[in-house]
Parts: sequence; structure tokens; C-alpha cells
Amino acid sequence: MSFITGVGLTSYGKHEGSSSLDLMSKAAEMAIADAGLKRAEIDGILCGYSTVSPHIMLATVFAEHFGIQPSYAHAVQVGGATGLAMTMLAHHLVDAGVARHVLVVGGENRLTGQSRDASIQALAQVGHPDYEVTLGPTIPAYYGLVASRYMHEYGVTQEDLAEFAVLMRAHALTHPGAQFHDAITVADVMASKPVAMPLKLLDCCPVSDGGAAFVISRERTGTAGIRVRGAAQAHTHQHVTAAPALSELGAEIAIAKAKAASGLAISDVRYAAVYDSFTITLAMLLEDLGLAERGEAAALVRSGHFGRDGAMPLNTHGGLLSYGHCGVGGAMAHLVETHLQMTGRAGNRQVRDASIALLHGDGGVLSTHVSMFLERVR
Amino acid sequence: MSERAADWTKGVEAIVYQSCGACGKTQYFHRSFCAACGAPEPVTKRASGAGTVYATSLVCRAATPETRAHVPYNILLVDTVEGFRMMAHGDNDLAIGDAVTARYQSFAGRLVPYFAKAK
Repeated sequence: MSFITGVGLTSYGKHEGSSSLDLMSKAAEMAIADAGLKRAEIDGILCGYSTVSPHIMLATVFAEHFGIQPSYAHAVQVGGATGLAMTMLAHHLVDAGVARHVLVVGGENRLTGQSRDASIQALAQVGHPDYEVTLGPTIPAYYGLVASRYMHEYGVTQEDLAEFAVLMRAHALTHPGAQFHDAITVADVMASKPVAMPLKLLDCCPVSDGGAAFVISRERTGTAGIRVRGAAQAHTHQHVTAAPALSELGAEIAIAKAKAASGLAISDVRYAAVYDSFTITLAMLLEDLGLAERGEAAALVRSGHFGRDGAMPLNTHGGLLSYGHCGVGGAMAHLVETHLQMTGRAGNRQVRDASIALLHGDGGVLSTHVSMFLERVR
Repeated sequence: MSERAADWTKGVEAIVYQSCGACGKTQYFHRSFCAACGAPEPVTKRASGAGTVYATSLVCRAATPETRAHVPYNILLVDTVEGFRMMAHGDNDLAIGDAVTARYQSFAGRLVPYFAKAK
């Protein structure tokens, strides 16, 4: 058994003058306070990576900086799936008795700590150094390739994809911490600058500064009981050149295993937190996970299904697309928002019922997948 | 160890792949073993350069001065007739399903495979 006992999240956007360690510390402090714990009670640390300040021992660097001496600590690196992979590991660590309170933390000054070109360059390195990177692709190009194929096979249009950007922006407008506060329309997305077709600027998440953290504990520390009901991973490939057919991608494998691990079905889910680095990512994952029929996700967006008051509220903070993406912390914001929703603390964004949530993360180019079910217990 | 044949990644006008003598699978990324069955020393072969477009993405925003000089450039995934998939460049108007053949072009100071519609 494991509980998510505390969460912390900074605003995303520009944090001029803050280092990656500063942002991690800020989020960690909030999460520990939220759990009602003292720093010294944290006996495990899992952290992600920072492209701005790479280090071979980031977890101990952070532990020293933050001022704790854990009995278990190391970094985890699976791209955008890192946050959920760390949560899954923390769940197993506390369940196995290795630690009582594991701090999971990610943060990076990715926007102000380096140039946009440097960020784009760093991320393109998920490609194969000889057979892909030499061709000058970018992360949007890797996903652009997937998008072109998905649109071809399932009849999805660029206007369909634009709906996801509009939805995430509408959600971000209700969150003061989001990077973007201007409403957008499908026409705005369509008219935005081409980046890697069919993806345009507003189909892509931004580069952000920010930090996020959670505490995963063996026992609950307060009245709220948000427990990890089950989680699973799948890793089918690293490089898009070596990716399997669209029908054999890892999201479907991970969700099938997570359903088995948790004993839950998609029909049990009341709130969804799904990785959205690009509009195509969100569209595909919703359909791979079974939250929409194949090729039907955009129609569900148009009908309000994924809105705050819809049947399946999705990324109510605005997701990577509009809350922002600071690397490892990016998708951790999805879990923070889920926790706020499940504990009734989401304020003007509060959904009716978030008693059971499904979270899904993706790293690389749909390479690494983590599916996780959270449940509120009384 | 199997000898690594010179191909476009080494500046030579060739696309090279490997074929496993044990299980018959082909692979594009060079290794000293077959990734499908683990058998050692898959046979290195030279591809014909013929294939079909699997996916395309026209890059309009590049991240380095060298690549920016080429925008827009079309990144492709091509399914070769030999049975492996590869990333390459190609004509901007190529569509999924087009039959294509490879030639070579200079890109950001390197030689890269470049596909155009088969004649």
C-alpha cells in the first residue's frame, strides 16, 4: 500500500535567476509541508534530470542542497515518463518497506537557463546519433512523423488536433500558475507558425521553468487517503525509426497491465491526466488508453466530454500544452492537479467527482509508457 | 565482430543493413548481433534504395545555424523493399504510400539519403 501524502507545484513560465536546484527545492518544500511532515522524516529521494545542469548524481546533489540525508536516493531518467516512473518506484519502495516517506522531485530552469535552440537541440538527442540526429530532426519532427501516419490511418485532421490545444488553453485560463493566459481558437492554432508539419507552434508544448514534487508514504499522514491502486510500464523501442506499428504501441500494453494490477476498468475512471507534449500525443494516448474510440477523441473534445464539467475531466490545469513543460516536472504537474482534484482542493477548477483517476506518461517518441490508477479511500 | 560497412553515416553513398543468417530478420541500426534472436554476426548487405513512404514531417523550425539554412526540409520514414525502415530526407511534396528511390544530398555539411518519387 502507498499513499500520495503531499504535493507541491510552482508556477510554470519564467523564473528568472532560479536554478534547477532552486526550483526543485521550492516544490519539495511545498510537498513536504502539504504532507504535514518535517524534512528529516523524508528517508528516500527520487529525482529526475536537468538538461540545463546535467549531473551524474543529481539525487545526492539535491539531498545535500536541500539539507537531508536519506537512506535511499537516486535519479530516474525516462524522458517525459520520468515523473510517473518515479511515482511507481516510490510506491513499490514504500510498499516493500525500503523507505517510509519518499520525496519525488523534478524541476528545471529550462526556459531562462539556456536558449530555446539549446533546449530543442538537447531534446532532439533522444534520436539515434548516427541514423537520425544527423538528418536534423527535432522533437516536433519525430512526433510530426507519427502524426502524419496517425492522421493517414485514422482520418484525423489538423483541425481535429487543434481542438486539444484549445481545450488545454481553456483549462489553463482557470489556473493562475499556468504559463499562458490568452484564449485561443482552432483558427489560431491553424494559423500558428509551422514547426514540423503537420504540427504548428500551438500544437507544441512550450519550454518552461518550473518545479513539482510529491511525497509517497507507506501510511497516510492526514485525513486524505489518495493511494496508488496500480501501475505498469511498457517500453517498446527508443527511436521512432524502430517504433512498432501504431496498433502495437506501448500505451496499450501499459494500460492493459495497469488494469490487471489495479483490478480497475476504464469505466471506473472519473478523472484523466494524460501526457500532452503535442496535440497528437494527447489524441493518440486518449485513444490508445481507451478513453476514446479510435479517431474519435477530437469529437469528444468538441462535445465537452473532457472539460471540467464533462464526463471525463482531463488535465484541468492546462497540461504541458498550456500550463507548461519544464522537463521532468512538466508531467508531474498532471499528478499534482489530480491530487488537488481528488482531495477537493482544486478551487474554481474542482470537478464533481475525482474518486478514481487514470494517469499516463510517455517518454521519448512514444517509447516509454507508464499507466497509473489512483484511488481515494475513506 | 562483423565489419561495419561504410554507408551514408560515414559519408559514403550507400544504404546498408544487416540480415540474420539464423532467423532471417533484417535490421537497420548496425550491431554485432541480431536484435531479434541474438545470433552473432548478421550479414551486412547493401540496400537497393527503393521503398515506400511510411511517414513525413516537413521541418520548418530548425535548432542550429547549419540546419536552419536548409528549412524547410522534409524528414521521412521509408519502408525499404528489403524490409527495414529508415529515416531520410526527401522531396517536400511526397505523400505516405509513394514509391520512392534514394539518391544522396549534402545537408549541414554531411551526406544524407534523399528520396524522390520512383520513375
